[in-house]
Amino acid sequence: MTGAQHGYEAVIGLEVHVELATATKMFCGCRNEFGAEPNTNVCPVCLGLPGSLPVLNEAAVDYALRFGAALGFDVPPESVFARKNYFYPDMPKDYQISQYELPICTDGHLDVDGVRIGIERAHLEEDTGKTQHAGETGRIHGAEHSLVDYNRAGVPLMEIVSRPDIRSAEQARAYVAELRGVLSALGVSDVKMEEGSMRVDANVSVRPTGSEVLGTKVEVKNMNSLRSLARAVEHEIQRQVGVVESGGTIVQETRHWDEEAGVTHSMRTKEGSEDYRYFPEPDLVPVAPDDAMRARAASAVPELPAAHRERLVREWGIAAHDARVLVDDRELVAYAEAAVAAGAPGRDVANWCTGEILGHLNETGGSASTLVLAPDGLAELIELVTDGSLSRKLAKEVLAECLREPRRPRQVVEERGLAQVSDEAELAAVVERVLAEHPADVEAYRSGDDKSRKKKRGFFMGELMKATRGSGNPKLLNRLLDEHLG
Amino acid sequence: MSAPVGPTAGTPGETARAIAAAVRRGDRRARDVVEEALARIAEGDPEVHAFLLVTADAARTAADAVDAAVRDGRDPGPLAGVPIAVKDNLCTRGVPTTCASRILDGWRPPYSATVIERVHAAGGVVVGKTNLDEFAMGSSTENSAFGPTRNPLDRSRVPGGSSGGSAAAVAAGFVPLALGSDTGGSIRQPASLCGVVGVKPTYGRVSRYGLVAFASSLDQVGPLAATVDDAALLLEAVGGPDPADSTSIPEPFPSLDPDDPGSSPEDLSGLRVGIVTELTHAPGVQPEVVAAVLRAAEVLEERGASVREASVPSAGLGLSAYYLIAPAEASSNLARYDGVRYGHRAAAGEITEMYGRTRAEGFGAEVKRRIMLGTYALSAGYYDAYYGTAQKVRTLVGRDFAAAYGEVDALLAPTSPTVAFALGERTEDLLAMYLSDVCTIPSNLAGHPAISVPAGTGEGGLPVGVQVLAPAMGEPVMFRVARAVEAGIAAAAAAEVVTP
Repeated sequence: MTGAQHGYEAVIGLEVHVELATATKMFCGCRNEFGAEPNTNVCPVCLGLPGSLPVLNEAAVDYALRFGAALGFDVPPESVFARKNYFYPDMPKDYQISQYELPICTDGHLDVDGVRIGIERAHLEEDTGKTQHAGETGRIHGAEHSLVDYNRAGVPLMEIVSRPDIRSAEQARAYVAELRGVLSALGVSDVKMEEGSMRVDANVSVRPTGSEVLGTKVEVKNMNSLRSLARAVEHEIQRQVGVVESGGTIVQETRHWDEEAGVTHSMRTKEGSEDYRYFPEPDLVPVAPDDAMRARAASAVPELPAAHRERLVREWGIAAHDARVLVDDRELVAYAEAAVAAGAPGRDVANWCTGEILGHLNETGGSASTLVLAPDGLAELIELVTDGSLSRKLAKEVLAECLREPRRPRQVVEERGLAQVSDEAELAAVVERVLAEHPADVEAYRSGDDKSRKKKRGFFMGELMKATRGSGNPKLLNRLLDEHLG
Repeated sequence: MSAPVGPTAGTPGETARAIAAAVRRGDRRARDVVEEALARIAEGDPEVHAFLLVTADAARTAADAVDAAVRDGRDPGPLAGVPIAVKDNLCTRGVPTTCASRILDGWRPPYSATVIERVHAAGGVVVGKTNLDEFAMGSSTENSAFGPTRNPLDRSRVPGGSSGGSAAAVAAGFVPLALGSDTGGSIRQPASLCGVVGVKPTYGRVSRYGLVAFASSLDQVGPLAATVDDAALLLEAVGGPDPADSTSIPEPFPSLDPDDPGSSPEDLSGLRVGIVTELTHAPGVQPEVVAAVLRAAEVLEERGASVREASVPSAGLGLSAYYLIAPAEASSNLARYDGVRYGHRAAAGEITEMYGRTRAEGFGAEVKRRIMLGTYALSAGYYDAYYGTAQKVRTLVGRDFAAAYGEVDALLAPTSPTVAFALGERTEDLLAMYLSDVCTIPSNLAGHPAISVPAGTGEGGLPVGVQVLAPAMGEPVMFRVARAVEAGIAAAAAAEVVTP
């Protein structure tokens, strides 16, 4: 931890906004989808037209309750929507329906690499539209004109507010990664930081190591990947330590992370907190989840990533790192588990999945669910290797072909005659023939020193492979070679 | 059924129920009924200015559809062919909806309010949009950006407000029915000042979807009519649950038929009625108004009800609480009029300036005053003292009503402390203007139903209304008592004429 080197400790709290993957928006029946033509998924309600009224999407409540059940939150008998009042053109009503004093989930936690990070609250609110500003500044002030797309207005958001329990940029990254895994496992959000379905703001302050007093906090915005989050937080810690070291004071403000320049810029100074004039939303009634809703939420919680990783390590005997790589990709781990279910050993499946298959996915940008090779096809491939009928080297070629087009491994092996020959009599005949064809080399081998013997041995193996078109069982050929060379 | 009491001026002499019955039977053509209403409006409205817009063509088309249904043997519904005026803060698809404000200049809603859809579904014919105080903020309809409405009974006086256009349209006999909205008395007070019936239903009884919000936790849509029975007819047609309004009451709307068991307005034996002491004997209530309440009480006693004084101690505090809660909600509800998406937009080089100029030009003085008041009341550091305290008073008013309803089934109170006042009389004296609603506000705070029924005349021979109040969901008992008051007052008036 760089801050600690200077005798300072960072105190970090994260506000994470996730768009919930409900079919429709938070308060109307418009479709909740990313990337539609601007202003096509809109209606009087999400456009905030005069006279329109919100009606709560129960699926959003279910999702929040599921999240609450997963991370040990309290769900009070009633939570209340409130209006957060401020003017901005991408907000149709010039207030945002959110939750303030009484959020739906309070006091949960998430364990990250053995450290418990407290989560103060999770609440429901509606997203805003998107604004594009034409002009040099790229911001509303100084824009020639601005274009607003209200497709995103009213999309359900859950805001997850951690306690200031995070102490480093790496821990901040790990917390968000773990949170993302949980949300993904719960199926409540797409959690794509690049598309903005997961957005993270960091509150960062520093203090001398050992101090109990909190320093002045700075809010850092505009990080669009885990990497950028870690960079931005690290930069902000360094910046604050630098300010304090040189005798300056930290100003409470919001800073904008500039990914290209790798620095934060001041956006606006906060003199105290902004006055949003919150008050209870009179157009909605309190949310009072009954026992049935709570039970439904609890039973919808699947195995969470931490437990999942532990199980794979235990049952498959794989390394913790490989378990993390697998579980971080929900589709890949589902694929792997299906292959195991088809009879393949977990360790072999994990090797192939974190190796060739993940490499293929990274290269093609695809996801495991779209692989043309079904999981039981991978199991078939592994079986061919295990029973000695296919060499590991050729197995890679077979897999590559099966990932390119819809073929079964056994079919490829048969068509291309790749099956490993393990028939001892057949191979012994080949060895005899090859040695007979190269009497001078045999002689050289027998009279040579260790170094030249090794070299000749490599030559014989190469000739043997040529003669068997690569399908000879190498282990067997080695033994036969020993026997025939004496 | 009680004898209908017609409005005092320009009456077409026909109730909505009678019109609908005749149209459904095929005895009258809806088109003829609507043409007559349009003719009355064309002739009389230049003097009254009840309407901001007369939708004559759409009304004719709707009337023809009703007639076609009758010809085809289909029932057009309980409002068949009845001309209805609609307050211009109710959204009408494709038809300008102004809220009597310049800020909504040019806006045509792409959808209709639930109550409008229900009027259409019941065969009613919307003939136009009526004047109001801008965004329903006012008690005289003088805060309209398009000029005031005049009281048809005395054109030097106001019709009350904010549903002044709707009340005047019924009182002038232009239409038998109108829809208004009531946030602190905006249906009942103009009904009282114009000598017609006005109903604020239980909060949640009538959908607010498509009613342009003033103060969301207080707003209710309700009917204005010449008779209690006609008010019931319209309320039954538009009331009931609406999935588009989360605050809508899920139970079906109750029957208001006087022939239902236990609903007779003739025999009130066993019914307990209280006169709200704090409202009836409040300072500023004209003696004739107090007399009207007592006259209504007598009428009820004659029909077998027991009447007593009843106390709602916090009722008088309602006004102060209302003038914090309503502006607070309004300051938020009216934020969206920013020039970005619809309505008026001022020319400006920069967004903050555009917001400021748009709102400065688009809103009138009273709206601006309330937005500022509400913004202040919600501000950090003041919230608890103002909005928070007001909410406590609101809770208290509800409790006091609940206690009173432990003793009685319905309450009587004045509607307006005074008869209709002169145009301009209170525009410079805001407190006097605000006090117009002192007797009506408590029902909005409690979310309870209340109806104003004409109960004689006061100063200058102008009409005086009395309110019948009932607990939440108490529309059936409220209408029973209101029908009794209406019939009893009519009978007494007839007797006076016979024996001078």
